[in-house]
Amino acid sequence: MQKSDNIIRVEHVSKYFGEKAALDDVTLYVRKGEFVTLLGPSGCGKTTLLRLIAGFQSATEGVITISGQVITETPPHKRPVNTVFQKYALFPHLNVFNNIAFGLKLKKLPAATIAKKVKQALKMVGMTDYEYRDVDSLSGGQQQRVAIARAIVNEPEVLLLDEPLAALDLKMRKDMQLELKEMHKSLGITFVYVTHDQEEALTLSDTIAVMSEGRIQQIGTPVDIYNEPINSFVADFIGESNILNGTMVKDHLVHFAGQTFECVDEGFGEDVPVDVVVRPEDIYIFELSDAAILQGIVTSSVFKGVHYEMMVQTPNGYEFMVHDYHTFEVGQEVGLRVKPADIHVMKKERITNTFEGKWIDPTHVEFLGTTFECKEMQGIEPGTKVTVEVDFNRVVLEDNEEDGILTGDVKFILYKGNHYHLTVFTDWNEDIFVDTQDVWDDGDRVGISIAPEYIRVIK
Amino acid sequence: MSRSISTFLGKRRNWTIPYLLFLAIFVVLPLVLIVFYAFTDAEGNFSLVHFRKFMIHPEAVNTFAYSVGIAIITTLACILLGYPAAWILSQSRFNTSRTMVVLFILPMWVNILIRTLATVALFDFLHFPLGEGALIFGMIYNFLPFMIYPIYNTLQKMDRSLIEAAQDLGATPFQVFVRTVFPLSMPGVISGIMMVFMPTISTFAIAELLTMNNIKLFGTTIQENINNGMWNYGATLSFIMLILIGITGLFNQEEDNASNEGGLL
Amino acid sequence: MMTKYLAKGYLWLLLILLYSPILIIMIFSFTEAKVLGNWTGFSTKLYTSLFSGGVRHSLVSALWNTFTIAMIAATVSTLLGTMAAIGIYNLRTRTRQAVGFVNSIPMLNPDIITGVSLFLLFISLGISQGFVTVVLAHITFCTPYVVLSVMPRLKYMNQNVYEAALDLGATPFQALRKVILPEIRPGMISGFILAFTLSIDDFAVTIFTIGNEGLETLSTYIYADARKGGLTPELRPLSTIIFVTVLVLLIIINKRAEKANANKRT
Repeated sequence: MQKSDNIIRVEHVSKYFGEKAALDDVTLYVRKGEFVTLLGPSGCGKTTLLRLIAGFQSATEGVITISGQVITETPPHKRPVNTVFQKYALFPHLNVFNNIAFGLKLKKLPAATIAKKVKQALKMVGMTDYEYRDVDSLSGGQQQRVAIARAIVNEPEVLLLDEPLAALDLKMRKDMQLELKEMHKSLGITFVYVTHDQEEALTLSDTIAVMSEGRIQQIGTPVDIYNEPINSFVADFIGESNILNGTMVKDHLVHFAGQTFECVDEGFGEDVPVDVVVRPEDIYIFELSDAAILQGIVTSSVFKGVHYEMMVQTPNGYEFMVHDYHTFEVGQEVGLRVKPADIHVMKKERITNTFEGKWIDPTHVEFLGTTFECKEMQGIEPGTKVTVEVDFNRVVLEDNEEDGILTGDVKFILYKGNHYHLTVFTDWNEDIFVDTQDVWDDGDRVGISIAPEYIRVIK
Repeated sequence: MSRSISTFLGKRRNWTIPYLLFLAIFVVLPLVLIVFYAFTDAEGNFSLVHFRKFMIHPEAVNTFAYSVGIAIITTLACILLGYPAAWILSQSRFNTSRTMVVLFILPMWVNILIRTLATVALFDFLHFPLGEGALIFGMIYNFLPFMIYPIYNTLQKMDRSLIEAAQDLGATPFQVFVRTVFPLSMPGVISGIMMVFMPTISTFAIAELLTMNNIKLFGTTIQENINNGMWNYGATLSFIMLILIGITGLFNQEEDNASNEGGLL
Repeated sequence: MMTKYLAKGYLWLLLILLYSPILIIMIFSFTEAKVLGNWTGFSTKLYTSLFSGGVRHSLVSALWNTFTIAMIAATVSTLLGTMAAIGIYNLRTRTRQAVGFVNSIPMLNPDIITGVSLFLLFISLGISQGFVTVVLAHITFCTPYVVLSVMPRLKYMNQNVYEAALDLGATPFQALRKVILPEIRPGMISGFILAFTLSIDDFAVTIFTIGNEGLETLSTYIYADARKGGLTPELRPLSTIIFVTVLVLLIIINKRAEKANANKRT
């Protein structure tokens, strides 16, 4: 029963560009009439997934089904989908009418029908009377409307939209968001929407699929995604958040920032390392009193239009972002409190770096394509496959590439209240995770080194 | 069968294949043949006999040296005459029109025989005798636009803010030119040198018309040998010219861009 | 102010230098005098006699040859070059650079090298030289220019336009015909005119590939004439006609380029 309801079924789809996986075993079901948004930072695979559905690229592995038909190998012109492109992709040599009529003419519909349908489509996007304008003479917003009209006039079962509003200015974007939502309602067709703008995704979608590194991290309604992020990536990407390392003491009790808090989560086990997420607007801030669970000093306060955004530093070195309608002066001592239901506890994806390696000799082990010196260990045959573990805070990053044993690029930075958790993409094409107090920027080239005593080798 | 053709054509990059075959037959193979003929004797055996012939033949070497000399003189004269013109054309404060620029570039496209005959006409008209003077004048006249155009192009595209920065840092107009404008226009000058030196050294038939057959340039020697059935020797001389061009080309990185753009007005 | 006049004066001086010889030819093509410089009154006799009388038949056939060679060479170059440009555009960067380099060889090579190398090709393959070899030679040096005039049109085309056509139900062939071709057509036309101009203008490559079966183009005709007697009276009107023809073609190309630029700006 479930099956017939899903108009698009993407099952175990992977896409490789050479060695690099742009999509890694992605599964996604889209119900008929749903507004689904693929959300993620650039390079996360969202556009690749859309292009696989449109047919501009073909999947390396997996099956894509539209309306019950397997279309994995179907060329784009035979698919019941139409696309709205980011930069409109209007045909510059055709006027508005002929752009919209392009698909209908290919279907060899009678001229009268075409004229009628084009008129309707233009009316739908609020561009009546623009038929004979040159597309180059239109503004960005108008071009985008024509692009939408050109797609919907073919009455596709699914409309694919690839960051359609990215090239518009803020005001225009807001207007178009509302119009798109209206259009989705009145047309009743399925929309698959790609964006990197979380606010746009939260505003428009019935369902959001948050993507990162070629995988879907979480699928859910906007409210679910915002309130119950499944991991620290989603929490950080959607909205503002305080993300900290914590320990689940036992059910309903979590320890972080040097304090133990009541919470509503259960089933993690006892004394398990976890990530804790607290939204800035969920923290109560008040003049220091007995009600405080945490105390701290306001280090900055910035007015953000509706609320103030304050940074509060606790005596034991944790920093919290707090949103409140009232401001507290910089330097003032304040108390903080969080309701149990507003503490979101998430299982850690990993608690240490784990690599596959090879034993070289009693003092050397090879992993990440590099030979590292390690603590002396006897009794392992050279060439044996081993597992190597390195704790996040034992990896040292150097400004100077030559100072490291291997090199890489900083690609993802997460602030965890009192330190940064970095993902570094090494030149061996494998990630290494690093906890550091130092400030690095996205894209920095770094040298990476690890002291011998911190390399744990497990047979 | 037709299906396999259509999938083959469906891959757009396969559309290069006919042209690649064409290039292989009509561009690469002929150049290989020059090398082949240069290093073989009439029977097709490997031989350096034609290089020796060139070396011991004072007339051929003299012609070669004389041609290089003429080419150097022409190139230098074209820089001296052309650089100021390119600079003036590129300066907005002289508000030279686009038409003016086109007028300077246009002769590049006029048949070289007609340009040469025009020089003859001018010398006839002024009752000057044809000879070495006419030869040098004719060469400069023929190739000056090829110097002006690339220099104009680089000067035109030069980032104005660099000049303003130099002024801001206290350079006088003269210093701005010597320390900023001229060094930055070097790519244009170098492609200009390529576009003047190479054709000058390789022209044939031009010198005869300008000197009433009294002076022969290296290009003519090549043509005469080829014409008279001395293919191997002609190929050897062509090969020597290719080497010379290769050496000149080594000095030049940007020339690709400038000469490609030179294709269109 | 002074520098401005000096600068302008210099430019005009150079222009006079560049154009006076051609103007002299043009002016004296309208008089009958045998010796250039003597003005014996206005006359179009040099023009009319160019194309009259049995002796002149060789000129008419040279003109006809030049035109047909240019037509065929430009047409084939345009087709071959456009197809190649579309292919090259879809190549990977590294391969594209390699093909681009080979494509630039005929443009960088001096004419004499192109001429000698093609001559050696034709004698090695035992192809007797004449009309066909001249056409092939002209295609060789014309096509790179066509590729270069079509490439920018492809480059500046919105990457998604082709995909948009497929998305709207066009087959790859329909997308090519209805979307890509209209987009690159201006480049093809400019390339064609350019190839045509280069072909009718060429002398150096033609002379090596024309053989000795008596085939003449305009360039070889002028060369043969000028070799015998320098700037003979009949070459004056002939030069004028060629100069004006090339001038007109160049103005057309230039106007097209300007129009394309203006369109891009709006």
